[in-house]
Amino acid sequence: MAYLENTSDQQREMLETIGVASIDELFDQIPADLRLGRSLDLPPALTELDLTAHLGQLAAANSAKQGACFLGGGAYDHFIPAAVDEIASRGEFYTAYTPYQAEASQGSLQAFYEFQTLICQLTGMDASNASLYEGGTSVSEAVFMAMRVTGRHGKVVLLGSLHPEYRDVVQTYLSRLECEVVVVPTLEGTADAAHLESVLDNQTACVVIQQPNFFGCLEQVQELTEQAHRVGALSIVSCDPISLGLLTRPGDYGADIVVAEGQSLGTPLQYGGPYLGILTCRQKFIRKMPGRLIGQTTDRHGNRCFVLNLQAREQHIRRDKATSNICTNQGLIALRATVYLSLLGKQGIREVAELSCRKAHYAAERLTAIDGLDLAYDRPFFKEFTLRCRDGAESVSRQAAQAGFDVGPLLSRFPDGNPHDLLVAVTEQRTRQEIDQLADALAN
Amino acid sequence: MRNRQATQLLFEMSRPGRRGASFPPSDVPEQPLSQLIPESQLAAAPPELPELTEPDVIRHFVNLSTMNMSVDTHFYPLGSCTMKYNPKRHERLASLPGLVDLHPYAAEESSQGMLEILYELQDMLAEISGLPAVSLQPAAGAQGELAALLVAAAYFRDRGEQRSKVLFPDSAHGTNPASARLAGFDCVQLPSTDDGFVDLNRLREQLDDQTAVFMITNPNTLGMFEREISTISAMVHEVGGLVYIDGANMNAILGIARPGDFGGDMMHYNVHKTFTGPHGAGGPGAGPIAVRDFLADYLPGPLVTKSPEGSCQLQHPAKSIGRVRSHFGNVGILLRGYCYLRTLGALGLRQVSEHAVLNANYLLAKLKDVLPVPQGDRCMHEFVATAKPLAQDRGITAMDLAKRLLDYGFHAPTVYFPMVVPEAVMIEPTETESRETLDAFADTIVQIASEDADFVHQAPHETPVSRPDEVQAARQPILKWTPACE
Repeated sequence: MAYLENTSDQQREMLETIGVASIDELFDQIPADLRLGRSLDLPPALTELDLTAHLGQLAAANSAKQGACFLGGGAYDHFIPAAVDEIASRGEFYTAYTPYQAEASQGSLQAFYEFQTLICQLTGMDASNASLYEGGTSVSEAVFMAMRVTGRHGKVVLLGSLHPEYRDVVQTYLSRLECEVVVVPTLEGTADAAHLESVLDNQTACVVIQQPNFFGCLEQVQELTEQAHRVGALSIVSCDPISLGLLTRPGDYGADIVVAEGQSLGTPLQYGGPYLGILTCRQKFIRKMPGRLIGQTTDRHGNRCFVLNLQAREQHIRRDKATSNICTNQGLIALRATVYLSLLGKQGIREVAELSCRKAHYAAERLTAIDGLDLAYDRPFFKEFTLRCRDGAESVSRQAAQAGFDVGPLLSRFPDGNPHDLLVAVTEQRTRQEIDQLADALAN
Repeated sequence: MRNRQATQLLFEMSRPGRRGASFPPSDVPEQPLSQLIPESQLAAAPPELPELTEPDVIRHFVNLSTMNMSVDTHFYPLGSCTMKYNPKRHERLASLPGLVDLHPYAAEESSQGMLEILYELQDMLAEISGLPAVSLQPAAGAQGELAALLVAAAYFRDRGEQRSKVLFPDSAHGTNPASARLAGFDCVQLPSTDDGFVDLNRLREQLDDQTAVFMITNPNTLGMFEREISTISAMVHEVGGLVYIDGANMNAILGIARPGDFGGDMMHYNVHKTFTGPHGAGGPGAGPIAVRDFLADYLPGPLVTKSPEGSCQLQHPAKSIGRVRSHFGNVGILLRGYCYLRTLGALGLRQVSEHAVLNANYLLAKLKDVLPVPQGDRCMHEFVATAKPLAQDRGITAMDLAKRLLDYGFHAPTVYFPMVVPEAVMIEPTETESRETLDAFADTIVQIASEDADFVHQAPHETPVSRPDEVQAARQPILKWTPACE
């Protein structure tokens, strides 16, 4: 079923208007020897009913083993109010495209302008773009941006407590450029500030900090930012947007570029994507930003309205001189975050942050009371912590799974990860009962 | 009915004390927050987000949505973007429990259903492209381009070759040069022939042992199939280079011709275009790439592999360029593409292209007298007409035409791209539009061509706003609301 409209009579008349005898004739411009000449070898077409049954089975093969989710590592099981799905499933939003024609797109444009404002309010920064792909590519784009701002293209410093997959993405993006990527080791769960000091110099474009870091620990962000600034490097902070309901905003401790994985703001886990790349910066850097920017202006009647702004930075105008190659972004996910944040408001974001934080600390207390389980690091944390398992993380994860709980990721999943360590993340959705049951299951 | 209650911003509607979401009280023992988080890390006050009720929020965004044109409400012939109907079943199926709530770090044994779907999708994309190895990781077409160029670079490095150049025709999408630059290559843009094809002589002049990749969209951005594509591929291969096919226009050739069969070594798909992942007001997309066997080892992981026993695993290829994103691809969009391919099958896919090409040629025939097409009387799934005569004779530019179409309830075509056609009007109707719609659209353009030029120049007249001042927006950028703006 290909969603075709034209009846066979209509098709015949259309061919007459064109002046050809058959649809086949329209394909004459493809040389005969380049045509496939057979049917594609694809599974037989299913009706909607069949497909629903087929996917239902496959989906059940996943969910049958799923219980309460304590998984973290950059993607979190926060609650999504129904109104978010309601708005994001309006065809007027999800079947529109990039708002090139401002007059036909004021709905999207105003929503994205509101998104940019909400993200600035959350991070304490001056300007936000209208989205990038996800957390890891946002870090990469921020690094490129820092090079443009500082004019330093030779050296980039990443803290080792940055998400290992984000580090991998940065390495991939920089792999063809003559740029040294220095990774600062982690000492007891947070960045080794003395080591950072030793690698910083006046060739360094930026220092990339994650707060809370990959292990869940809180970094001394203010001090690290000051270290970067002392050598004229930019401070790039990758943060958990939910944490900003409680923690100091990066704009308030001097960060220059703030990026984030925005999945927590109203987007389901869906096995890793589509998520939301957030990128914000100080006012003086806005012309160096990647991605789309929505700006306010007036129309010919003098009414306030919104347009794609500063497009001369972008690939469709500037081609190889563009600030990024990004074209299609994550508009619909940005819309979800906009609805989510406007529902929560200043009190709601505070509550989600506080509940997640309190429950995570309760979970840590219960789990570390069990013989053989300890906090890997004696550091303050927000909603996620690293659990060190004397008998190996693998067996603890299995034990939890048998009781219907998912914990992790296991750090052995990542290069150089300690096989005794796993992450435990706790959101506002987890109940005391679930935490107690998890603890009971691991105590046996 | 014309007055919408959406022109206020969320921030202007905010009143202290309003709530749009509430959460249960904490059920764990209370401790002072300062015992959990050091005072120095705690914010003095929560972020100044607006305070609204759920009814406020719903009315606001529903009203905003009515200020958009979309495929669900309007004909949207935005050339190069393949704005076809997005089946509703996909929205429901991609949201099934077990798919929508699956964490990317869930254990492989509890993700077998998802992995099976993704594995099957890799297979189908390999068959449709004629290129055997597929990575689902790239988030959009542009990221697919970058990933493939890095794959090419890794391949050449492995062979001990330093190749510095990426070539592309002047009709290429802007993402091609932008991606090439990001991947560390020098960009060489080739002028096209007068009839819009790759100029073989110019290409020959540029091809040498420094040529890494030739990037080409086929059918090209003028909506024409590059007849000489096998000669072009042979020429590039002759000097040891690779051919990249930008798959933006796959909607024209599904089941009819395959990039792997006409000389392509690498390509990306745009799942949100060709395979109906919706466009989402700008995204998300998904840009899987397919490559030849000898490039498979360099693909960005993870890929989904299947053991002889039938269980699926995530795997990173031996010499992978590394990750291009965290977690795993834009799965939500890939699932919609999977649903599309599974419900269409081979015959349905071929019909898609047949009818996309039929609709485009029909519209071309209806419009060519008022909007001539420099490239001739035939096209594939889209065509690029010129409003130059209209501008010269009547003072109605491509932009004027685009704006005036909005008044009649049609989204505008893409205008001023590709740059090789003056006053370009790029029209892609797609296969999911009826003859009645195409007739109404063509009649409207004919009518606009005879309207008062000044009136058209001031269009649109019926939309919520008209001709925003973009110069002012760029001169003094206002990128967020601040209380001082009130």
